[in-house]
Amino acid sequence: MNPDPAGGTTDDVAASLGRRPLPLPDNVSGPYWEAAARGEVLYQECPACGHRQLYPRALCTACAVEPEWRRASGRGSVHTFTVIRQNWAEPFRELAPYVVAIVELEEGPRMMTNVTGCAPEDVHIGMPVEAYTIAVEEGLGVPFWRPASID
Amino acid sequence: MSAARTPVIVGIGLSDGPVAPHLDAVQHHVVALRRALEDSGVRKADIDGYCCAGAGKSTSDPDDLAPMAEYLGIEHRWLDGTMVGGSSFEFFAQHAAGAIRDGQCDTVLMTYGSDLLSRQGRTLGSKGHFGRSARVPGPAQYEAPYGNVLIGAYAMAAQRHMHEYGTTPEQLAEIAVAVREHAALNPDALYRDPITVDDVVSSRMIADPLHKLDCCVISDGGGAVIMTTAERARDLRQPPVFVLGTAGAQTHWQISEMPDFTATGAAAAGAEAFRRAGVTPADIDTVQLYDSFTITVLLLLEDLGFCPKGEGGRFVASGALRLGGKLPLNTDGGGLSCTHPGMRGIFLLIEAVRQLRRQAGPAQVPDASLALACGSGGWLSCIGTTILGRDAP
Repeated sequence: MNPDPAGGTTDDVAASLGRRPLPLPDNVSGPYWEAAARGEVLYQECPACGHRQLYPRALCTACAVEPEWRRASGRGSVHTFTVIRQNWAEPFRELAPYVVAIVELEEGPRMMTNVTGCAPEDVHIGMPVEAYTIAVEEGLGVPFWRPASID
Repeated sequence: MSAARTPVIVGIGLSDGPVAPHLDAVQHHVVALRRALEDSGVRKADIDGYCCAGAGKSTSDPDDLAPMAEYLGIEHRWLDGTMVGGSSFEFFAQHAAGAIRDGQCDTVLMTYGSDLLSRQGRTLGSKGHFGRSARVPGPAQYEAPYGNVLIGAYAMAAQRHMHEYGTTPEQLAEIAVAVREHAALNPDALYRDPITVDDVVSSRMIADPLHKLDCCVISDGGGAVIMTTAERARDLRQPPVFVLGTAGAQTHWQISEMPDFTATGAAAAGAEAFRRAGVTPADIDTVQLYDSFTITVLLLLEDLGFCPKGEGGRFVASGALRLGGKLPLNTDGGGLSCTHPGMRGIFLLIEAVRQLRRQAGPAQVPDASLALACGSGGWLSCIGTTILGRDAP
Protein backbone atom coordinates (compact mmCIF):
# COMPACT_ATOMS: atom_id res chain seq x y z
CA MET A 1 0.00 0.00 0.00
CA ASN A 2 1.02 3.60 -0.29
CA PRO A 3 3.34 4.58 2.53
CA ASP A 4 2.70 8.07 3.80
CA PRO A 5 5.00 9.96 6.16
CA ALA A 6 2.08 12.04 7.51
CA GLY A 7 -0.16 9.07 8.27
CA GLY A 8 -3.32 8.15 6.42
CA THR A 9 -2.06 5.22 4.40
CA THR A 10 -4.67 3.01 2.84
CA ASP A 11 -3.71 0.44 5.49
CA ASP A 12 -4.55 2.93 8.23
CA VAL A 13 -7.90 3.64 6.63
CA ALA A 14 -8.70 -0.06 6.50
CA ALA A 15 -7.68 -0.49 10.12
CA SER A 16 -9.91 2.33 11.33
CA LEU A 17 -12.90 1.69 9.10
CA GLY A 18 -14.67 -0.70 11.43
CA ARG A 19 -14.64 1.94 14.15
CA ARG A 20 -15.88 4.74 11.90
CA PRO A 21 -19.56 5.68 11.57
CA LEU A 22 -20.77 3.54 8.66
CA PRO A 23 -23.73 3.68 6.30
CA LEU A 24 -26.97 1.88 7.04
CA PRO A 25 -27.84 0.57 3.57
CA ASP A 26 -31.47 1.02 2.49
CA ASN A 27 -33.61 0.23 -0.56
CA VAL A 28 -31.87 2.82 -2.69
CA SER A 29 -28.34 2.86 -1.30
CA GLY A 30 -27.88 -0.90 -1.05
CA PRO A 31 -26.51 -1.40 -4.58
CA TYR A 32 -24.07 1.48 -4.12
CA TRP A 33 -22.49 -0.05 -1.01
CA GLU A 34 -22.64 -3.56 -2.46
CA ALA A 35 -20.75 -2.34 -5.51
CA ALA A 36 -18.12 -0.78 -3.30
CA ALA A 37 -17.69 -4.14 -1.56
CA ARG A 38 -16.85 -5.51 -5.05
CA GLY A 39 -14.40 -2.68 -5.73
CA GLU A 40 -16.65 -0.50 -7.86
CA VAL A 41 -17.93 3.05 -7.56
CA LEU A 42 -21.41 3.67 -8.96
CA TYR A 43 -23.27 6.81 -9.88
CA GLN A 44 -26.76 7.35 -11.27
CA GLU A 45 -27.87 8.48 -14.70
CA CYS A 46 -31.40 9.41 -15.75
CA PRO A 47 -32.69 7.38 -18.70
CA ALA A 48 -35.03 10.24 -19.64
CA CYS A 49 -32.95 13.41 -19.41
CA GLY A 50 -29.39 12.13 -19.02
CA HIS A 51 -28.79 13.93 -15.72
CA ARG A 52 -26.07 12.26 -13.68
CA GLN A 53 -26.06 12.37 -9.88
CA LEU A 54 -24.66 11.37 -6.53
CA TYR A 55 -25.70 10.74 -3.82
CA PRO A 56 -28.00 7.99 -5.07
CA ARG A 57 -31.71 8.76 -4.85
CA ALA A 58 -35.01 7.19 -5.82
CA LEU A 59 -35.56 9.97 -8.35
CA CYS A 60 -33.65 12.06 -10.84
CA THR A 61 -33.37 15.48 -9.17
CA ALA A 62 -33.82 17.14 -12.58
CA CYS A 63 -36.96 15.40 -13.84
CA ALA A 64 -38.14 12.93 -11.16
CA VAL A 65 -37.76 9.81 -13.32
CA GLU A 66 -36.23 6.72 -11.67
CA PRO A 67 -32.49 6.82 -12.36
CA GLU A 68 -30.28 3.94 -13.51
CA TRP A 69 -26.93 2.81 -12.10
CA ARG A 70 -23.70 3.39 -13.99
CA ARG A 71 -20.23 2.18 -13.12
CA ALA A 72 -17.73 5.02 -12.72
CA SER A 73 -14.27 4.83 -14.30
CA GLY A 74 -12.70 5.54 -10.91
CA ARG A 75 -10.90 8.59 -12.26
CA GLY A 76 -11.60 12.02 -10.85
CA SER A 77 -10.15 15.21 -9.48
CA VAL A 78 -10.21 17.12 -6.21
CA HIS A 79 -12.88 19.84 -6.41
CA THR A 80 -12.18 21.19 -2.94
CA PHE A 81 -10.79 19.84 0.33
CA THR A 82 -9.79 20.58 3.89
CA VAL A 83 -7.31 19.10 6.33
CA ILE A 84 -9.13 18.14 9.50
CA ARG A 85 -6.74 18.86 12.35
CA GLN A 86 -9.21 18.55 15.22
CA ASN A 87 -11.99 16.01 15.60
CA TRP A 88 -12.84 14.92 19.11
CA ALA A 89 -14.72 11.82 17.91
CA GLU A 90 -12.96 8.47 17.81
CA PRO A 91 -11.46 7.04 15.70
CA PHE A 92 -10.87 10.31 13.84
CA ARG A 93 -9.16 11.94 16.81
CA GLU A 94 -6.16 9.68 16.42
CA LEU A 95 -6.19 9.90 12.60
CA ALA A 96 -5.90 13.71 12.43
CA PRO A 97 -4.58 15.42 10.43
CA TYR A 98 -6.41 13.85 7.50
CA VAL A 99 -7.96 15.11 4.28
CA VAL A 100 -11.70 15.42 3.72
CA ALA A 101 -12.38 16.26 0.10
CA ILE A 102 -15.08 16.67 -2.48
CA VAL A 103 -13.99 14.63 -5.49
CA GLU A 104 -15.54 15.20 -8.90
CA LEU A 105 -15.83 11.98 -10.90
CA GLU A 106 -14.75 12.33 -14.52
CA GLU A 107 -18.38 11.50 -15.33
CA GLY A 108 -19.48 14.64 -13.46
CA PRO A 109 -21.09 13.80 -10.11
CA ARG A 110 -19.27 14.69 -6.90
CA MET A 111 -18.87 12.85 -3.60
CA MET A 112 -17.35 13.44 -0.20
CA THR A 113 -14.38 11.25 0.58
CA ASN A 114 -10.94 11.07 2.14
CA VAL A 115 -7.90 11.48 -0.06
CA THR A 116 -5.31 9.12 1.37
CA GLY A 117 -1.94 7.78 0.33
CA CYS A 118 -0.14 11.12 0.35
CA ALA A 119 0.74 13.83 2.83
CA PRO A 120 -2.19 16.23 3.47
CA GLU A 121 0.09 19.05 2.34
CA ASP A 122 0.38 17.46 -1.12
CA VAL A 123 -3.37 17.60 -1.83
CA HIS A 124 -4.51 20.47 -4.03
CA ILE A 125 -7.59 21.51 -5.98
CA GLY A 126 -7.57 19.94 -9.44
CA MET A 127 -5.34 17.06 -8.31
CA PRO A 128 -6.02 13.87 -10.32
CA VAL A 129 -7.17 11.06 -8.03
CA GLU A 130 -8.30 7.46 -8.41
CA ALA A 131 -10.87 5.50 -6.46
CA TYR A 132 -10.28 2.45 -4.34
CA THR A 133 -12.65 0.69 -2.02
CA ILE A 134 -12.39 -1.19 1.25
CA ALA A 135 -14.85 -3.95 2.08
CA VAL A 136 -16.21 -3.79 5.62
CA GLU A 137 -18.51 -6.79 5.51
CA GLU A 138 -20.68 -8.68 3.07
CA GLY A 139 -22.61 -6.14 0.99
CA LEU A 140 -20.85 -3.11 2.42
CA GLY A 141 -17.73 -1.47 1.09
CA VAL A 142 -16.67 2.17 1.28
CA PRO A 143 -15.04 4.16 -1.54
CA PHE A 144 -11.93 6.26 -0.92
CA TRP A 145 -9.62 8.13 -3.28
CA ARG A 146 -5.84 8.49 -3.60
CA PRO A 147 -3.46 10.27 -5.94
CA ALA A 148 -3.81 8.90 -9.46
CA SER A 149 -1.07 6.47 -10.40
CA ILE A 150 1.12 7.59 -13.27
CA ASP A 151 0.52 5.42 -16.32
CA MET B 1 -52.05 45.95 0.95
CA SER B 2 -53.50 47.89 3.84
CA ALA B 3 -50.89 50.11 5.50
CA ALA B 4 -52.54 49.25 8.83
CA ARG B 5 -51.46 45.62 8.43
CA THR B 6 -47.86 46.38 7.49
CA PRO B 7 -45.76 44.00 9.63
CA VAL B 8 -43.53 45.66 12.21
CA ILE B 9 -41.23 44.40 14.94
CA VAL B 10 -42.27 45.95 18.24
CA GLY B 11 -40.52 43.87 20.86
CA ILE B 12 -37.11 42.31 21.39
CA GLY B 13 -35.58 40.53 24.34
CA LEU B 14 -32.30 38.82 25.12
CA SER B 15 -31.99 36.28 27.91
CA ASP B 16 -28.82 36.07 29.98
CA GLY B 17 -25.56 35.28 28.26
CA PRO B 18 -23.06 34.53 26.98
CA VAL B 19 -22.40 32.23 29.96
CA ALA B 20 -25.54 31.39 31.93
CA PRO B 21 -25.24 28.14 33.89
CA HIS B 22 -28.23 29.21 36.01
CA LEU B 23 -30.60 28.85 33.01
CA ASP B 24 -31.63 25.75 31.09
CA ALA B 25 -32.80 26.00 27.48
CA VAL B 26 -36.47 26.46 28.32
CA GLN B 27 -35.64 29.16 30.84
CA HIS B 28 -33.74 31.04 28.13
CA HIS B 29 -36.99 31.09 26.11
CA VAL B 30 -38.89 32.29 29.19
CA VAL B 31 -36.50 35.07 30.18
CA ALA B 32 -36.28 36.35 26.60
CA LEU B 33 -40.06 36.31 26.23
CA ARG B 34 -40.55 38.22 29.49
CA ARG B 35 -38.03 40.87 28.41
CA ALA B 36 -39.62 41.24 24.96
CA LEU B 37 -43.02 41.76 26.59
CA GLU B 38 -41.56 44.40 28.92
CA ASP B 39 -39.75 46.03 26.03
CA SER B 40 -42.81 46.25 23.80
CA GLY B 41 -45.75 46.65 26.13
CA VAL B 42 -47.49 43.79 24.33
CA ARG B 43 -49.80 41.82 26.63
CA LYS B 44 -48.97 38.13 26.59
CA ALA B 45 -52.63 37.25 25.97
CA ASP B 46 -52.52 39.22 22.70
CA ILE B 47 -49.97 36.85 21.15
CA ASP B 48 -51.83 34.70 18.62
CA GLY B 49 -48.94 33.40 16.51
CA TYR B 50 -45.83 31.50 17.58
CA CYS B 51 -42.67 30.17 16.00
CA CYS B 52 -39.61 28.45 17.34
CA ALA B 53 -36.95 26.03 16.11
CA GLY B 54 -35.03 23.52 18.14
CA ALA B 55 -36.73 24.51 21.36
CA GLY B 56 -36.41 23.10 24.81
CA LYS B 57 -34.41 20.08 25.78
CA SER B 58 -31.75 20.23 23.13
CA THR B 59 -30.65 22.62 20.45
CA SER B 60 -30.63 19.74 18.00
CA ASP B 61 -34.20 18.68 18.67
CA PRO B 62 -36.55 20.25 16.12
CA ASP B 63 -39.65 18.42 17.25
CA ASP B 64 -40.82 20.34 20.26
CA LEU B 65 -42.66 23.34 18.84
CA ALA B 66 -46.02 22.31 20.28
CA PRO B 67 -44.57 21.48 23.72
CA MET B 68 -42.91 24.91 23.84
CA ALA B 69 -46.19 26.62 22.87
CA GLU B 70 -47.85 24.68 25.67
CA TYR B 71 -45.14 25.50 28.20
CA LEU B 72 -45.23 29.21 27.40
CA GLY B 73 -49.03 29.17 27.36
CA ILE B 74 -49.48 30.54 23.84
CA GLU B 75 -53.00 30.21 22.45
CA HIS B 76 -52.03 30.45 18.82
CA ARG B 77 -54.03 30.44 15.62
CA TRP B 78 -50.85 30.43 13.52
CA LEU B 79 -47.78 28.28 14.13
CA ASP B 80 -44.43 27.81 12.35
CA GLY B 81 -41.70 25.34 13.26
CA THR B 82 -39.56 25.62 10.14
CA MET B 83 -36.21 24.11 11.03
CA VAL B 84 -33.44 24.99 8.59
CA GLY B 85 -30.68 25.53 11.13
CA GLY B 86 -29.50 28.90 12.35
CA SER B 87 -31.36 30.90 9.70
CA SER B 88 -34.73 29.52 10.81
CA PHE B 89 -35.50 32.90 12.39
CA GLU B 90 -35.13 34.82 9.12
CA PHE B 91 -37.48 32.27 7.55
CA PHE B 92 -39.85 32.88 10.48
CA ALA B 93 -39.70 36.62 9.77
CA GLN B 94 -40.65 35.92 6.15
CA HIS B 95 -43.52 33.64 7.10
CA ALA B 96 -44.79 35.77 9.99
CA ALA B 97 -44.78 38.96 7.91
CA GLY B 98 -46.91 37.25 5.29
CA ALA B 99 -49.30 35.80 7.87
CA ILE B 100 -49.74 39.18 9.56
CA ARG B 101 -50.37 40.96 6.25
CA ASP B 102 -52.87 38.28 5.32
CA GLY B 103 -54.72 38.55 8.62
CA GLN B 104 -54.04 34.95 9.67
CA CYS B 105 -52.85 36.34 13.00
CA ASP B 106 -52.07 39.73 14.53
CA THR B 107 -49.16 39.31 16.93
CA VAL B 108 -46.42 36.74 16.39
CA LEU B 109 -43.87 35.70 18.99
CA MET B 110 -40.64 33.94 18.08
CA THR B 111 -38.38 32.56 20.80
CA TYR B 112 -35.05 30.82 21.01
CA GLY B 113 -33.08 29.42 23.92
CA SER B 114 -29.98 27.29 24.31
CA ASP B 115 -27.69 26.21 27.12
CA LEU B 116 -25.18 24.79 24.68
CA LEU B 117 -22.04 26.02 26.40
CA SER B 118 -23.08 25.12 29.93
CA ARG B 119 -24.51 21.75 28.87
CA GLN B 120 -22.12 20.48 26.19
CA GLY B 121 -19.03 22.64 26.29
CA ARG B 122 -17.20 23.87 23.24
CA THR B 123 -17.18 20.80 20.99
CA LEU B 124 -19.95 21.59 18.48
CA GLY B 125 -17.65 22.53 15.63
CA SER B 126 -15.21 19.64 15.80
CA LYS B 127 -16.78 16.62 17.43
CA GLY B 128 -18.13 14.95 14.30
CA HIS B 129 -21.80 14.31 13.77
CA PHE B 130 -22.05 10.62 14.56
CA GLY B 131 -21.05 8.19 17.26
CA ARG B 132 -18.21 5.71 16.98
CA SER B 133 -19.22 2.65 14.95
CA ALA B 134 -22.70 4.12 14.45
CA ARG B 135 -24.80 2.97 11.50
CA VAL B 136 -26.06 6.10 9.82
CA PRO B 137 -29.31 6.16 7.81
CA GLY B 138 -30.54 8.59 5.20
CA PRO B 139 -28.52 10.97 3.04
CA ALA B 140 -25.99 11.46 5.86
CA GLN B 141 -24.77 7.89 5.24
CA TYR B 142 -22.78 9.14 2.26
CA GLU B 143 -20.73 11.53 4.42
CA ALA B 144 -20.57 9.63 7.70
CA PRO B 145 -17.51 7.40 7.08
CA TYR B 146 -15.19 10.27 6.19
CA GLY B 147 -14.82 12.15 9.48
CA ASN B 148 -15.83 15.60 8.36
CA VAL B 149 -16.73 18.15 11.05
CA LEU B 150 -18.85 21.29 11.00
CA ILE B 151 -15.83 23.53 10.52
CA GLY B 152 -14.56 21.32 7.69
CA ALA B 153 -17.66 22.05 5.64
CA TYR B 154 -17.04 25.80 5.73
CA ALA B 155 -13.32 25.22 5.23
CA MET B 156 -14.00 23.51 1.91
CA ALA B 157 -15.96 26.57 0.75
CA ALA B 158 -13.12 28.86 1.86
CA GLN B 159 -10.54 26.69 0.09
CA ARG B 160 -12.46 26.84 -3.17
CA HIS B 161 -13.02 30.60 -2.88
CA MET B 162 -9.29 31.12 -2.35
CA HIS B 163 -8.57 28.91 -5.37
CA GLU B 164 -10.96 30.69 -7.72
CA TYR B 165 -10.56 34.28 -6.59
CA GLY B 166 -7.25 34.55 -4.76
CA THR B 167 -8.92 35.38 -1.46
CA THR B 168 -6.34 35.35 1.33
CA PRO B 169 -6.37 34.20 4.96
CA GLU B 170 -5.54 37.78 5.94
CA GLN B 171 -8.64 39.09 4.17
CA LEU B 172 -10.85 36.57 5.96
CA ALA B 173 -9.14 37.52 9.22
CA GLU B 174 -10.19 41.15 8.81
CA ILE B 175 -13.80 40.03 9.30
CA ALA B 176 -12.97 38.56 12.71
CA VAL B 177 -10.99 41.67 13.64
CA ALA B 178 -13.85 44.03 12.74
CA VAL B 179 -16.39 42.00 14.67
CA ARG B 180 -14.09 41.83 17.72
CA GLU B 181 -13.77 45.62 17.62
CA HIS B 182 -17.55 45.80 17.96
CA ALA B 183 -17.61 43.17 20.71
CA ALA B 184 -15.31 45.41 22.73
CA LEU B 185 -18.24 47.86 22.95
CA ASN B 186 -20.64 45.21 24.29
CA PRO B 187 -20.27 44.30 27.97
CA ASP B 188 -22.20 41.07 27.30
CA ALA B 189 -19.84 39.82 24.60
CA LEU B 190 -17.90 36.64 25.34
CA TYR B 191 -14.56 37.97 24.01
CA ARG B 192 -13.79 41.71 24.11
CA ASP B 193 -10.01 42.08 23.92
CA PRO B 194 -8.84 43.52 20.59
CA ILE B 195 -7.27 41.15 18.07
CA THR B 196 -5.22 41.74 14.94
CA VAL B 197 -5.11 40.06 11.54
CA ASP B 198 -1.85 38.47 12.64
CA ASP B 199 -3.53 37.06 15.77
CA VAL B 200 -6.14 35.37 13.57
CA VAL B 201 -3.79 33.86 11.00
CA SER B 202 -1.35 32.69 13.67
CA SER B 203 -4.07 31.07 15.78
CA ARG B 204 -4.25 27.28 15.62
CA MET B 205 -5.37 25.77 12.31
CA ILE B 206 -8.57 23.76 12.90
CA ALA B 207 -9.56 22.78 9.34
CA ASP B 208 -7.45 24.30 6.59
CA PRO B 209 -7.72 27.15 5.75
CA LEU B 210 -9.78 28.12 8.80
CA HIS B 211 -8.02 29.01 12.04
CA LYS B 212 -9.44 29.01 15.52
CA LEU B 213 -10.18 32.74 15.34
CA ASP B 214 -12.01 32.28 12.01
CA CYS B 215 -14.60 30.33 14.00
CA CYS B 216 -17.52 31.58 16.08
CA VAL B 217 -17.71 31.21 19.83
CA ILE B 218 -19.86 28.70 21.66
CA SER B 219 -22.12 30.30 24.25
CA ASP B 220 -25.43 30.07 26.05
CA GLY B 221 -28.19 32.48 25.15
CA GLY B 222 -31.73 33.15 24.07
CA GLY B 223 -33.85 35.73 22.35
CA ALA B 224 -37.40 36.73 21.60
CA VAL B 225 -38.93 38.89 18.89
CA ILE B 226 -42.52 40.15 18.69
CA MET B 227 -44.00 41.18 15.34
CA THR B 228 -47.42 42.76 14.89
CA THR B 229 -49.28 45.21 12.65
CA ALA B 230 -48.37 48.86 12.19
CA GLU B 231 -51.82 49.71 13.50
CA ARG B 232 -51.33 47.84 16.79
CA ALA B 233 -47.82 49.26 17.16
CA ARG B 234 -49.27 52.76 17.68
CA ASP B 235 -50.29 51.85 21.23
CA LEU B 236 -46.99 50.17 22.14
CA ARG B 237 -43.81 51.41 23.84
CA GLN B 238 -41.18 51.33 21.13
CA PRO B 239 -40.88 52.93 17.72
CA PRO B 240 -41.92 50.22 15.25
CA VAL B 241 -39.34 48.69 12.94
CA PHE B 242 -40.87 47.93 9.55
CA VAL B 243 -40.38 44.57 7.88
CA LEU B 244 -39.73 45.80 4.35
CA GLY B 245 -38.52 42.75 2.46
CA THR B 246 -37.97 39.10 3.24
CA ALA B 247 -36.92 36.06 1.24
CA GLY B 248 -35.43 32.61 1.67
CA ALA B 249 -33.57 30.16 -0.57
CA GLN B 250 -31.93 26.73 -0.34
CA THR B 251 -29.17 25.37 -2.57
CA HIS B 252 -28.45 22.10 -0.73
CA TRP B 253 -28.44 20.66 2.78
CA GLN B 254 -25.36 18.50 3.25
CA ILE B 255 -22.11 20.19 2.28
CA SER B 256 -21.24 17.50 -0.29
CA GLU B 257 -24.30 18.63 -2.26
CA MET B 258 -23.32 22.32 -2.43
CA PRO B 259 -23.59 23.08 -6.16
CA ASP B 260 -21.05 25.94 -6.16
CA PHE B 261 -18.70 26.10 -3.18
CA THR B 262 -18.18 29.83 -3.72
CA ALA B 263 -21.84 30.89 -3.80
CA THR B 264 -24.89 30.60 -1.55
CA GLY B 265 -28.64 31.00 -1.75
CA ALA B 266 -28.13 34.61 -0.62
CA ALA B 267 -27.89 35.50 -4.31
CA ALA B 268 -31.55 34.56 -4.74
CA ALA B 269 -32.73 35.44 -1.22
CA GLY B 270 -30.96 38.81 -1.39
CA ALA B 271 -32.27 39.86 -4.78
CA GLU B 272 -35.80 38.93 -3.81
CA ALA B 273 -35.67 40.73 -0.45
CA PHE B 274 -34.24 43.87 -2.05
CA ARG B 275 -36.92 43.79 -4.76
CA ARG B 276 -39.68 43.48 -2.20
CA ALA B 277 -38.21 46.26 -0.05
CA GLY B 278 -37.67 48.52 -3.04
CA VAL B 279 -34.11 49.32 -1.95
CA THR B 280 -30.60 48.38 -3.12
CA PRO B 281 -27.47 47.24 -1.30
CA ALA B 282 -26.10 50.79 -1.50
CA ASP B 283 -29.03 51.97 0.66
CA ILE B 284 -28.25 49.66 3.61
CA ASP B 285 -26.69 51.34 6.67
CA THR B 286 -25.67 48.23 8.65
CA VAL B 287 -25.64 44.47 8.12
CA GLN B 288 -26.12 41.72 10.66
CA LEU B 289 -24.76 38.64 8.89
CA TYR B 290 -24.47 35.07 10.10
CA ASP B 291 -20.83 34.85 11.15
CA SER B 292 -20.51 31.20 12.04
CA PHE B 293 -17.13 31.48 10.33
CA THR B 294 -15.36 34.33 8.57
CA ILE B 295 -15.99 32.71 5.17
CA THR B 296 -19.75 32.74 5.83
CA VAL B 297 -19.70 36.54 6.00
CA LEU B 298 -17.56 36.86 2.88
CA LEU B 299 -19.88 34.70 0.79
CA LEU B 300 -23.02 36.45 2.07
CA LEU B 301 -21.58 39.90 1.33
CA GLU B 302 -20.84 38.91 -2.27
CA ASP B 303 -24.07 37.04 -2.85
CA LEU B 304 -26.21 39.84 -1.38
CA GLY B 305 -24.60 42.22 -3.85
CA PHE B 306 -22.53 44.41 -1.53
CA CYS B 307 -19.57 43.71 -3.82
CA PRO B 308 -19.09 41.66 -6.99
CA LYS B 309 -18.53 37.89 -6.75
CA GLY B 310 -14.89 37.26 -5.99
CA GLU B 311 -14.26 40.79 -4.69
CA GLY B 312 -15.24 40.01 -1.10
CA GLY B 313 -11.66 39.78 0.13
CA ARG B 314 -10.73 43.22 -1.13
CA PHE B 315 -14.07 44.64 0.06
CA VAL B 316 -13.60 43.52 3.66
CA ALA B 317 -9.92 44.48 3.70
CA SER B 318 -10.95 48.07 2.95
CA GLY B 319 -12.30 48.39 6.49
CA ALA B 320 -15.89 48.69 5.25
CA LEU B 321 -17.21 46.41 7.99
CA ARG B 322 -15.99 48.43 10.97
CA LEU B 323 -18.01 51.11 12.75
CA GLY B 324 -17.28 54.25 10.77
CA GLY B 325 -16.91 52.20 7.58
CA LYS B 326 -19.51 52.10 4.83
CA LEU B 327 -21.21 48.90 6.04
CA PRO B 328 -20.73 48.20 9.76
CA LEU B 329 -21.13 44.46 10.44
CA ASN B 330 -22.46 42.65 13.50
CA THR B 331 -22.41 45.61 15.83
CA ASP B 332 -23.15 43.43 18.87
CA GLY B 333 -19.95 41.47 18.43
CA GLY B 334 -21.51 38.75 16.31
CA GLY B 335 -21.10 35.04 16.59
CA LEU B 336 -17.37 35.45 16.17
CA SER B 337 -16.96 37.25 19.49
CA CYS B 338 -20.27 37.76 21.33
CA THR B 339 -22.89 35.00 21.28
CA HIS B 340 -23.44 31.75 19.39
CA PRO B 341 -25.55 29.21 21.27
CA GLY B 342 -25.91 26.88 18.25
CA MET B 343 -28.35 28.92 16.17
CA ARG B 344 -27.73 32.62 15.80
CA GLY B 345 -30.48 33.87 13.49
CA ILE B 346 -32.64 35.56 16.12
CA PHE B 347 -29.74 37.67 17.38
CA LEU B 348 -29.31 39.15 13.88
CA LEU B 349 -32.89 40.42 13.94
CA ILE B 350 -32.57 41.74 17.50
CA GLU B 351 -29.39 43.72 16.78
CA ALA B 352 -30.84 45.13 13.55
CA VAL B 353 -33.86 46.36 15.53
CA ARG B 354 -31.66 47.95 18.20
CA GLN B 355 -29.75 49.81 15.48
CA LEU B 356 -32.91 51.10 13.79
CA ARG B 357 -34.37 52.22 17.14
CA ARG B 358 -31.03 53.98 17.73
CA GLN B 359 -30.62 52.02 20.96
CA ALA B 360 -27.25 50.44 20.19
CA GLY B 361 -25.26 52.64 22.58
CA PRO B 362 -21.58 53.04 21.74
CA ALA B 363 -22.05 50.64 18.78
CA GLN B 364 -24.75 52.82 17.24
CA VAL B 365 -24.41 53.39 13.49
CA PRO B 366 -25.25 57.11 13.13
CA ASP B 367 -28.64 57.73 11.47
CA ALA B 368 -29.18 54.01 10.80
CA SER B 369 -32.41 53.79 8.81
CA LEU B 370 -32.11 50.55 6.85
CA ALA B 371 -30.63 47.32 8.18
CA LEU B 372 -30.24 43.90 6.61
CA ALA B 373 -30.14 40.64 8.55
CA CYS B 374 -29.08 37.50 6.72
CA GLY B 375 -28.96 34.06 8.28
CA SER B 376 -27.19 30.97 6.96
CA GLY B 377 -28.50 27.63 8.18
CA GLY B 378 -27.03 24.17 7.90
CA TRP B 379 -23.77 24.21 5.96
CA LEU B 380 -24.25 27.41 3.90
CA SER B 381 -27.45 25.63 2.89
CA CYS B 382 -30.56 27.66 3.74
CA ILE B 383 -30.30 31.43 3.51
CA GLY B 384 -32.91 33.84 4.88
CA THR B 385 -32.76 37.59 4.29
CA THR B 386 -34.72 40.23 6.23
CA ILE B 387 -34.58 43.93 5.35
CA LEU B 388 -35.82 46.20 8.13
CA GLY B 389 -36.45 49.94 8.11
CA ARG B 390 -37.08 52.76 10.53
CA ASP B 391 -39.59 54.39 8.20
CA ALA B 392 -42.87 53.08 6.83
CA PRO B 393 -42.66 51.70 3.29
